Amino acid sequence: MTTQINQATEIKSTTCYMCACRCGINVHLKNGEVKYIEGNPDHPLNKGVICAKGSSGIMKQYSPARLTTPLRRKANATRGEGQFEAITWEEAFDTLETRLRHIRATDPKKFGLFTGRDQMQALTGLFAKQFGTPNYAAHGGFCSVNMAAGMIYTIGGSFWEFGGPDLHHAKLFVMIGTAEDHHSNPLKIELSQFKRNGGRMIAINPVRTGYAAVADEWIPIRPGTDGALLLAITREIIEQGLYDRDFVVNYTNGPELVNLDPKNSEYGMFLRFEVPPEEGCFDPQNKLWWDRELNKPISTHTPGADPFLTGEFKLKDGTPVKPAFQLLRERVESYTAEWAEDITGIPAATIKRLAHEMGITARDQKIELPISWTDVWGNEHDHVTGNPVAFHAMRGLAAHSNGFQSIRALSILMSLLGTIDRPGGFRHKAPYPRPIPPCPKTPTSPNDVKPNTPLEGMPLGWPADPDDLFVDDAGEPVRIDKGFSWEYPLSVHGLMHNVITNAWRGDPYKLDTLLIFMANMAWNSSMNTTEVRDMLKDKDENGEYKIPFLVVCDAFHSEMTAFADLILPDTTYLERYDVMSMLDRPISEYDGPVDSVRIPILPPTEQCKPFQEVLIELGSRLGFPAFTDAKGKRKFKDYPDFIINFETAPGSGIGFLSGWRGQNGQKTMRGEPNPNQWEQYAKNNCMHHHVMPKSYQYMRNWNEGYLQWAKANGMTRHAEPINIHLYSEVLHKFRRAAQGISHGKQPPERLRKRVERFFDALPFYHEPLENEMINKQDFPLSALTQRPMAMYHSWDSQNAWLRQIHAHNYLHMHPSVGEKYGFEDGDWIWVESVHGRVRCEARYSQSVEPNTVWTWNAIGKASGAWGLEKDANECTRGFLLNHIIGEELPNQAEGEHISNSDPITGQAAWFDVRVKVYKADKKDQGSTFPQFPTQPRYPGMAKPVGKWQTFIGGSGLFKNRFKGK
Amino acid sequence: MTQLALVIDLNVCVGCSACVTSCKEWNTSSEGGGGMVDKNPYGKDPTGTFFNRVQTFEVGEYPNVETVHFPKSCLHCEDPPCVPVCPTGASYKRKEDGIVLVDYDKCIGCKYCSWACPYGAREIDEKQKVMKKCTLCVDRIYDTTLPEARRKPACVLACPTSARLFGDVHDPMSEVSVAINERGGYQLMPEWGTRPSNHYLPRRKMKAQVTEESLNRIDNPLKKEEQRAPVSSDLPSLDDFLF
Repeated sequence: MTTQINQATEIKSTTCYMCACRCGINVHLKNGEVKYIEGNPDHPLNKGVICAKGSSGIMKQYSPARLTTPLRRKANATRGEGQFEAITWEEAFDTLETRLRHIRATDPKKFGLFTGRDQMQALTGLFAKQFGTPNYAAHGGFCSVNMAAGMIYTIGGSFWEFGGPDLHHAKLFVMIGTAEDHHSNPLKIELSQFKRNGGRMIAINPVRTGYAAVADEWIPIRPGTDGALLLAITREIIEQGLYDRDFVVNYTNGPELVNLDPKNSEYGMFLRFEVPPEEGCFDPQNKLWWDRELNKPISTHTPGADPFLTGEFKLKDGTPVKPAFQLLRERVESYTAEWAEDITGIPAATIKRLAHEMGITARDQKIELPISWTDVWGNEHDHVTGNPVAFHAMRGLAAHSNGFQSIRALSILMSLLGTIDRPGGFRHKAPYPRPIPPCPKTPTSPNDVKPNTPLEGMPLGWPADPDDLFVDDAGEPVRIDKGFSWEYPLSVHGLMHNVITNAWRGDPYKLDTLLIFMANMAWNSSMNTTEVRDMLKDKDENGEYKIPFLVVCDAFHSEMTAFADLILPDTTYLERYDVMSMLDRPISEYDGPVDSVRIPILPPTEQCKPFQEVLIELGSRLGFPAFTDAKGKRKFKDYPDFIINFETAPGSGIGFLSGWRGQNGQKTMRGEPNPNQWEQYAKNNCMHHHVMPKSYQYMRNWNEGYLQWAKANGMTRHAEPINIHLYSEVLHKFRRAAQGISHGKQPPERLRKRVERFFDALPFYHEPLENEMINKQDFPLSALTQRPMAMYHSWDSQNAWLRQIHAHNYLHMHPSVGEKYGFEDGDWIWVESVHGRVRCEARYSQSVEPNTVWTWNAIGKASGAWGLEKDANECTRGFLLNHIIGEELPNQAEGEHISNSDPITGQAAWFDVRVKVYKADKKDQGSTFPQFPTQPRYPGMAKPVGKWQTFIGGSGLFKNRFKGK
Repeated sequence: MTQLALVIDLNVCVGCSACVTSCKEWNTSSEGGGGMVDKNPYGKDPTGTFFNRVQTFEVGEYPNVETVHFPKSCLHCEDPPCVPVCPTGASYKRKEDGIVLVDYDKCIGCKYCSWACPYGAREIDEKQKVMKKCTLCVDRIYDTTLPEARRKPACVLACPTSARLFGDVHDPMSEVSVAINERGGYQLMPEWGTRPSNHYLPRRKMKAQVTEESLNRIDNPLKKEEQRAPVSSDLPSLDDFLF
C-alpha cells in the first residue's frame, strides 16, 4: 500500500528482511530516498514493533559494501584476490547459459546450487529439480535441521516457522538452548505479555544473555548435555506419575504394542492386526493395544477400550510384547537425576524440582476453552484442554552431534505433559502438522539423474525407511554433500557445510560449477574456514581449480565473493518482489495460514538484479519444462508473472501465494491464477491471513475438521491422524537394515555399526562425537557462539549503525578460567581446539557456566571485506571461532571423512567444539589471529565514505552514492 | 503541569537495541536537527551520536547472577543541571511539557552541560560541535497528521517487548504514573537532586508454586498400571465358612 503524504513524501508497505523473521514494515520515502522504516501496526507478526536491525535497514540500502554490477574475475588474477572487472548481464548470462547447458546435457549433478538464509527455497529447489541436479540445499543443514527433523519425526511439527509456544495461555515457559534471533519480534512481544500476566519463565542455557536475562530462573547447563537433562526430567515425570495419561493413550503411540521376540524378524516393530500394503505417508490405524479390562490385545482406539501403558504381555502364540510407553520407561530408568547431575552440572534436586514444576503445572493449572471439535475417531469434544507448560528451543540443542536424539527427548517430554497443539503448550502453524514423516521424497537411485531431464523426485525429502535413501547399488551417496546416504540418512535439509570440502576432494565426485546464493562460505557459514578458503583456490596437477567454476550471487562484498569467478549483484530487500510462500516457510499464525510478499519500494540500484529473475532467465534460456511452453518458448515474463501463474501441477490451483486466488481473487488456498494477485497483496499490508474456524485451531494432529480442511485445501495429502511417535519405528527400520534383518537397502559394511548405534527408536544420551575422538582432558572447555539480537549472521557489519553496537567480539568466560590458565580480564589469549587456534581478547563474566567459553558469532570479519576499511575493528579485534571448528571429525581412520555432524540428520555440530585457552605472548597482545590479505573493493562499489557520515533521509546524497560508479 | 517522560520496564527489557536504532533513524532525519553524525562509520573505532543507548551489566556472582539490560537516554530532569550551566541559554526545559531540549543554533559545543549531567545522557555531534540529546521525539508526539496511537517517541513504538511507556508522570491517572506506583518505579540516582522524570520499573521474580503434597495424589495415573493377577472364584474363601 502506498500513501502519499505530500509531494515529496510517501509511505509504502513491504516485508522486512533484516533477518528471517519477516515483519511488516512501512517505509517512508522522501524524494525517492528512504527516510524512516517503522513496524506496520496492521501486520499480524510484529503488530507495529520493529527491532534494531529493522530500524537500520536504511544503512543496508545505502551501504558502500553493495555490489552494483556483474563482475568477472580478471583473467590473470588468482581466486581469492578479489580482482574483478565489470561485465554486462548479457555477458554473464551467456557465460552461464553455455556452461550450464553443457553440464545439463552431459552430467547434471556436476552443477550444484546451494543457498544461504534466503527465503525462496521453493523457487531455488524448483530450479535445481528442473535442471536435473540432486545437488541442491539451503542453509538448514548447518542451521537447525535437528530441531526440524527431531520434532517433525516425533510430533509432526517443529519450532519457529512451523510452530511455537502458546505464551498467551501458558503459565510456565521453559526456554532451552535458544538463539536470540529466532522468531525475534513475535517472541519478544509474547514474552513480555507472558511475564506481565504473571507467567513464570525458566531459561536453561550455558549463558545468561538476552531472553535468559529476564527469566525468573536461570539454570546454567554444560553444552551438549541437554539430552541428559531432558531424559532425566522425563524419568522423573514418569516415575512420579506426572504425565497426562489420557493424552498419552489417545494421541501417542505409547500404548501400542511392540514385538519383543528377539527371534522374530519383526522384533522392535509394532504389532499389526492386518498387514495391508502400507501406501502413502501416514500411520495406518492397524496397531494393537493391550486392554485393561479384557486383558487381551485390542485394536487401537476401539471405543471403550482402555489400554495398559506399562507392563509385559504375551500373545496367544507366545510372542512377548510391551507397550511402547513401557519401553520408554525402561529406557529412562537409568537416567536418574543423580546421573544427569554429573553430566549436565545441574544439581539433582534442581532437575527433580524442574520435573515436578512442569508436571504439576501441566496437571493442576489446566485450561479449558469452550471450543467444540471432533476427533478423527468420531468422538465429539465440547472443549479443548490445555496443559499450560510451553517450551522453546533452537540451536543450543540442535547444533550438536547428539542433537537429534536430544530434540526427540524434548518432543517426547512435551508430549508426556500433554502439550501438543493445545492451549498454553506447543501450537502448530500451517502447513503443519504434517504426516510423520512428511510425504515428499528424494530420488532413490543414481539413475534418477538424467541428462536434459528434470530430477525424478524432490531435491530434498523425508525418508520413511531405508529404501527412500538416495544411494547407489553399493549404498554410497549420490549427492555431493552425501545427504540422504547411510552417513546421514535423515539429512532433510542437506549438508551444505560439506559441499566445498567434498567437491574439492572429489569425494564422491567433482563438481563443475558451484552456484552459491547469499551464503558466506568463505567465512562465517563454513566450518574450518581457513582451510575451506584454501580449497576454494586450490588447483589440480593441470593447474585447473579443483572446483572449476564458482558463481556467487550476493548483494554485498562478502568474503565469499572474493573467491568467485563470476559475481551476480543481487538487490536489497527494498528493491524486489519476494514471496513468503506456503510452499516454503510461510509466516502462519496459530489460528491459520498466513503468507506474505515483498513489493519493491525502490528501483534496483544500478545493475543489481533480483536472484529470482536470474533463475527465471536461466531456466527459460535452458528450456526447463516448468519455465517454457510446449514449443520451448519462455513461459513467464518475469518473477512477478511467474508467481501469479505458476501452479504445482497444471490446473492444481496451488501456487506460491494462497491469497486472492481465482479469476476474481475470491478464492483462498486453492484456485486458478489471478492476474491481480500482487495488487491484492499490496492493498492488504503485503500479506494474506486466513483465520480458520475455532474448532479447527487446536488438536490438529487428530482434528477431523481440520484434517479434512487441510486435505481439501491442498495442504496435506491424507486426512489421517498424526499420532505422536514416542517410539520411532521409522528410526528402528534403519537399525534393522544395519543389523541385516530387513531385506531392503543395506548400509555399506563400514557404516553398519554407526547406523545401528544411533538409529534407536527411543531417545538416548551419548556424548558429542568429537569428544570420542579427542582427549577431553587436553581440551577442557566447551566453546559456543551466540547471535546477538542487533545482528543477523554476517549481514550487518556493513551497516554503519549496527556495527557501532557490535564492532568486535570478546571470548566471554568465568573468571575462574583465567585464574586457572594464567591470564586476566582483557588479556589476549589463544583459543585452541584439535583443529587449530585463534587469538582473541578475554572478557570475564559471571553469567556463564564455568566450563563454557562463548562469543558472538560472525562479528569478526576478514580485512577489507564487507566494504570496511582494512583496519576496522571487525578485523583487527574481532575474531571468528569457525577457524577452529572442523567440518569433519578429527583423528579419523585413513580415508574416512565423516562430517562433524549429527549421524542421523547431518546437522553441523558447531557447538561440540572443545578448546583450551592460554595467554598470548607479549608481541601478540592486541590483535586477532588469523589475518588475511586485505580484500580490495570491486568495480562499481561506492567510493570510501571517509571519516564522517551524517544521514538525512531525502537529501539525495545517499541514493546517488552508487551513481556512475 | 505536564511532565512527559519515559518509564522503562527492566522486567521485560531483553536488550535488543531496537530503541537505539529506531531513535537514530527517526531523529537523524528530523527537520532542522542537522542529522546525527557517525564517525568512522566503516573504519576503525566507529562511533556516533545516539540519543539512547543500552548498557548491559551483571549483578551478583555465578550462578546467582542477573544480567541487566539498561536503556538510558536523557531523563528530562525536573531540575536539570545541564540547563543552568549553559552559557548561551541553548539548553532549556520547556514549561508546557517538561521536555529538556537544546537549541542547536545557540549551542557553541562547550560541553559544560555534558559535564554537569550526572547520567552521561548528552551526545556531542563531533563534526558540527553541537550538543544533542533525546527530544522525546518532540516532532512526532504533537504531529496531528499521525494517527493518535503513533504520536509517541520512535523508541516506544519500536520496542518489541513494550518495555518503554510514555506519558505524563505528573498526571496520577496516566499509564506511566500507575506503573510507577504499582510496580515500584524508581529514579536514577535521586541523591543528585535532579529529580529525573524518567523512571525504571524493577525486575520481579515469579517463584515456583510446587508443594510436596501435590506429588502424592490419588489420581496418580501410575495406579492404573497396576496389574492384578486374575483370581479364580473356585478358590476357597471365607464365604465357604462364614454364616
